[in-house]
Amino acid sequence: MYRYDAYDQRAVDERVAQFRDQTRRYLAGELTEDEYRPLRLQNGLYIQRHAPMLRIAVPYGLFSSAQLRMLAHVARTYDKGYGHFTTRQNIQFNWPALEDVPEILAQLATVQMHAIQTSGNCIRNITSDAFAGVAGDERIDPRPWCEILRQWSSFHPEFAHLPRKFKFAVNGAEEDRAVIQAHDIGLDVIRNEAGEIGFRVLVGGGLGRTPIIGEQIAGFVPWQHIVTYCESILRVYNLHGRRDNKYKARIKILVKALGIEEFRRQVEAEWAHVKNGPSTLTEAEVARVAAHFVDPAYETLPAHDAAYAEALADNKPFAAWARRNVRAHKVPGYASVVLSLKKTGVPPGDISAEQMELVAELADAHSYGEVRATHQQNLVLADVRQSELFKLWQTLRDAGLATPNIGLLTDIIACPGGDYCALANAKSIPIAQAIQERFDDLDYLYEIGDIDLNISGCMNACGHHHVGHIGVLGVDKNGEEWYQVTVGGAQGNQASLGKVIGPSFAAHEMADVVSSLIETYVENRHEDERFIDTVRRLGIEPFKTNVYGKRQQERKVAHG
Amino acid sequence: MAKVIRNRSIVDDTRQTVRLAEGETPEGVALPTGPLLVPLAVWQARADELAARGDVGVWLAAGEGAEAIAAELPRLAAVGVHFPAFTDGRGYSTAALLRTRYGYTGELRAIGDVLRDQFQAYVRCGFDTLQPPEGRYSDEQLQAALASLGDISTPYQGAVDEPRPLWLRAQRGVAA
Repeated sequence: MYRYDAYDQRAVDERVAQFRDQTRRYLAGELTEDEYRPLRLQNGLYIQRHAPMLRIAVPYGLFSSAQLRMLAHVARTYDKGYGHFTTRQNIQFNWPALEDVPEILAQLATVQMHAIQTSGNCIRNITSDAFAGVAGDERIDPRPWCEILRQWSSFHPEFAHLPRKFKFAVNGAEEDRAVIQAHDIGLDVIRNEAGEIGFRVLVGGGLGRTPIIGEQIAGFVPWQHIVTYCESILRVYNLHGRRDNKYKARIKILVKALGIEEFRRQVEAEWAHVKNGPSTLTEAEVARVAAHFVDPAYETLPAHDAAYAEALADNKPFAAWARRNVRAHKVPGYASVVLSLKKTGVPPGDISAEQMELVAELADAHSYGEVRATHQQNLVLADVRQSELFKLWQTLRDAGLATPNIGLLTDIIACPGGDYCALANAKSIPIAQAIQERFDDLDYLYEIGDIDLNISGCMNACGHHHVGHIGVLGVDKNGEEWYQVTVGGAQGNQASLGKVIGPSFAAHEMADVVSSLIETYVENRHEDERFIDTVRRLGIEPFKTNVYGKRQQERKVAHG
Repeated sequence: MAKVIRNRSIVDDTRQTVRLAEGETPEGVALPTGPLLVPLAVWQARADELAARGDVGVWLAAGEGAEAIAAELPRLAAVGVHFPAFTDGRGYSTAALLRTRYGYTGELRAIGDVLRDQFQAYVRCGFDTLQPPEGRYSDEQLQAALASLGDISTPYQGAVDEPRPLWLRAQRGVAA
């Protein structure tokens, strides 16, 4: 992974000093609340329902065991002993005291971590494929490009106060696991026919209040020009994006208003001036960064470990876990392991300080000291020998990190919701919990198969509900919490936005609603059809009919 | 006398910013003597008269682009870019375009909600003169703010003040 040199370290240290002084001036009354807010947001600090919330950057989801130990220390010393992984591969702490934040950041800086631009109207933490570098379907490793863009976007003076937040995602694999179609800029690292590396560039995607699938603005931008090309997009947006209404301020609204052709024309007119300028990338710089992402010294191993095969045959729970939580690796004899942070009874994405320390230890023992955070709010040990999987599973199981549910109905994406977040209309965590409790039978879960259920507590869509096969959105109706349900959303190469099935539901109805949706699928599916395939084949009608028909009958009985 | 930061020093400033009050027209507004920044519309209405004075510049409101005064730059004594709120970052791009696209080398002044925590970004985008709201900072605070111009001492990306990104300026190490 990327390791800081003296320049990176200095930048982070200087930001800590700058923020310490800004916080001091705020507490001394020299900065007003309105003046301090954007400064703290650009350093990941929100003021939430109960306390400040500090969001720490995990650039493209990659971190080390040493960094995880520091996060455990922060959780224990400054928080209530746990942290929460987000859909942007970052980690949040929900209970730090504002006065402590400069010191927390200073400690994080000692392990090359920071909270720079994890919030605010600026370029945010860049997300990518959690299986970058180890996936069999990878064309080009996206991580060096993420790091190059991270550095370019950090403290960019021209884009420090954009109309609204700005999110990048980068994919380098056949199957997009970074949801690039739902980002302000989505980059697909590709090769052209001549074998040269470049980027297919999507623009104007996003979830939130107005969900839109991004459109292609460029089919191939040669790698040398990706910085100047992105700079041109940002400049057009910075000058012309709406600033009169924060709900219409994202780049997607500008792209829609102008049309992709006109937007492209403006970007290319700008690019004509800056292309080939000083920000043109050099081979030396790309090589310098890429050298941080070379493969570890993998051993030559048999493709199928005999002891692993035996354990799979002998131990049903282990086999169930391996089936869902273990992924193929590009190198024979290795596997990638997903650590589920979706145990029933624990808020999705939450992890305790003790678990963090254990994962750090396991990363050192089994995975070259590296860990990844997925945008589905789980963790990954990417480079585990097959021969060590059984031992690893036993340890994870004892620590509550081996729930065999990756990709299943209980592997729910959920934002912190109304329990924590000041923006939320409704709670997310209890809904996730109710669904997890309803579907606690593993055999039935496997029978249902692959499905994404995503919950957001408000239309900011941190829980990515629009692209869940089943999406749940918390809405406020006269001060009460209700939930709107969509079906048919999807991420990946076939990304689509879910359709609302009808009027919203009360919290206590949600487990029944999900049951009805699942029953509809099970009754109607063809062989080997996933939930999303059935929705695509039949449309939402049968789902809608079943959910509301059944509920009407129940109501009649109840009121009859 | 008002203080501004010019080329990283605190200096006294006599340039006045003219704003059109209700009922005043660009053609008719009475202009004081001495160095001025006038609204774009005033310049457009009276360019020759004002150019002849030699001490008049134009300030651009947010949303008025650099291209609006590109042809006039040789005749302007200064250019101001107005920040209606420090969180409105359009003026950063406007400044960058004035410097890089239109080759403007004269005084470029940030006016409006110009606060010290943005000073470095202003300078990096090509402003040489920073005019905080009058009375916003004490002399001591302004002095302290000068130091903040170097908060991030070695920026990664190129900008107007230093167009070369770090990878062209420094020999950076490869991972051990």
